[in-house]
Amino acid sequence: MDNIIEIKDVSFRYSSEEESGDYVIKNLSLTIEKGSFTAVLGHNGSGKSTLAKLINGLIKPESGSVEVLGMSTSDEDKETEIRRNVGLVFQNPDNQLVATIVEEDVAFGPENLGMPPEEIRRRVDDALKRVDMYDYRSHAPHKLSGGQKQRVAIAGIIAMEPQCIVLDEPTAMLDPKGRDEVMDAIISLNKNSGITIVLITHFMDEAVRAGRVVVMDNGGIIMDDTPRKVFSNVSELKSIGLDVPQATELAFRMNGMGYEMPRDILTKEEFIKAFMEKYA
Amino acid sequence: MLNDITIGQYFPAKSVIHRMDARIKILLLIAVLVMTFVASNAASMGLMIILVMTAIILSRVPLKIYFRTIKKIWLLILLTAVLNILYVDGEVIFAWGVLEITKEGIIRSVYMAIRIILLIISSAALTYTTSPTQLTDGIERLLRPLSLIGLGGAVHTMAMMMTLALRFIPTLMEETDKIMSAQKARGADLESGGFMQRIKALIPIFVPLLVSSFRRAVELADAMECRCYTGGSGRTHLNNPKAGARDLAASVIVVVVIAAVITFNITLDGIIWF
Repeated sequence: MDNIIEIKDVSFRYSSEEESGDYVIKNLSLTIEKGSFTAVLGHNGSGKSTLAKLINGLIKPESGSVEVLGMSTSDEDKETEIRRNVGLVFQNPDNQLVATIVEEDVAFGPENLGMPPEEIRRRVDDALKRVDMYDYRSHAPHKLSGGQKQRVAIAGIIAMEPQCIVLDEPTAMLDPKGRDEVMDAIISLNKNSGITIVLITHFMDEAVRAGRVVVMDNGGIIMDDTPRKVFSNVSELKSIGLDVPQATELAFRMNGMGYEMPRDILTKEEFIKAFMEKYA
Repeated sequence: MLNDITIGQYFPAKSVIHRMDARIKILLLIAVLVMTFVASNAASMGLMIILVMTAIILSRVPLKIYFRTIKKIWLLILLTAVLNILYVDGEVIFAWGVLEITKEGIIRSVYMAIRIILLIISSAALTYTTSPTQLTDGIERLLRPLSLIGLGGAVHTMAMMMTLALRFIPTLMEETDKIMSAQKARGADLESGGFMQRIKALIPIFVPLLVSSFRRAVELADAMECRCYTGGSGRTHLNNPKAGARDLAASVIVVVVIAAVITFNITLDGIIWF
């Protein structure tokens, strides 16, 4: 498969850190395949939000290169072209919405791209339907729930018809119900619309649903594999301050107490199945 | 208490007035506001009342909502009326010491009260039927001639600032509420004490609010950049209102009313400014 994002040996630090010389991102390389669903894990300060901003050129690498569809983010002329192809969704939905009516907010991206009104209308309706918010198109965003607001924010990105969406902890400020709504929307976009997804999260249960998990620590990548392989390294993940899914954790502890259980369990259902086979 | 503010409140509906071009609505509103002050006799004022009533009925916004808007400023209406009664010279019908109530004073105060009410409900009709985005777009387009003298960018920036301000009013209200509760939970006393003491008590509310507003602004700027915002040039609009038949009809009606008001003013009693 083709790669949509190619990050080669990138280092980055914010100007405030120039004196201390600490890099937020250090010699990081990563490629993202077209149509894939990748989760990026890491505790606070591991550089994962910085990575998101590097991908669509909000910030430029100090050394190394970031290429999106063969275009370098350091090339000023390609800025708009890169951003319409790689959308970025942030943590706080309140700070991403610009208009006082849902459909007018979703229209913001296509309006900036100078689309004709009929095309904007088609994209707005289509984007709202894909995140299941079409019925709320004439509502005021501040009257919606957190999960609904975040889905509107995602629709605002989809309306630009990007090939890839990077989501920076999109569920961190939501309640469990809102989290499910947003995760379902993300997964449907990946499966049904073929949009490449990069999901930055600190919820392990969300990472389990991805096809690939990348673990970051101290500005670099320390693990990069399928969720099953990554989460079987329980003690290593714990040593960098990360959790594992609850079912994995339980199986790990049982092993520690002398009860044998498979080490690559990810979900509650898998745990129950393995447990029944061994001990029932 | 904080949720009570109705600045730029929009009632989505599909009325004739909702579908009018925002630019025409703004211009017609200005005309109506001027004419309520020009109308100086019963016939012309009656015509203005009919015009504004027709507009609010056509807007399909519940009448009680307009009524609520008037209720909020009844004190202002009362005060203006009372002052007008006392300060107009003419045929005295009641006197008490230096205070004199004249026939002209009473007529004038009734007119002033009607004018303020018309002013408020016709402006409300505009904000109820026009979304803030359409409103700021309308202002932006009306001010477009300013780009001829090199102010085009400034006009767009002002309009965008207005849209964002309206968008963030409810968000910041909510945040203020949260901070106030948090400070109260820590024992902050916001309700007692003298004027200065209360002002001082607000400092722990406004400092965190200010800090968080800056943080929001930075994130919002990032989010807008991510959605390819590069300023006003080259932008298009979802609802590109073109003034159509209904705008023409509304304009004709308003022009006819203006002509009638002026005619009544001159023919019935000359130009008397009540």
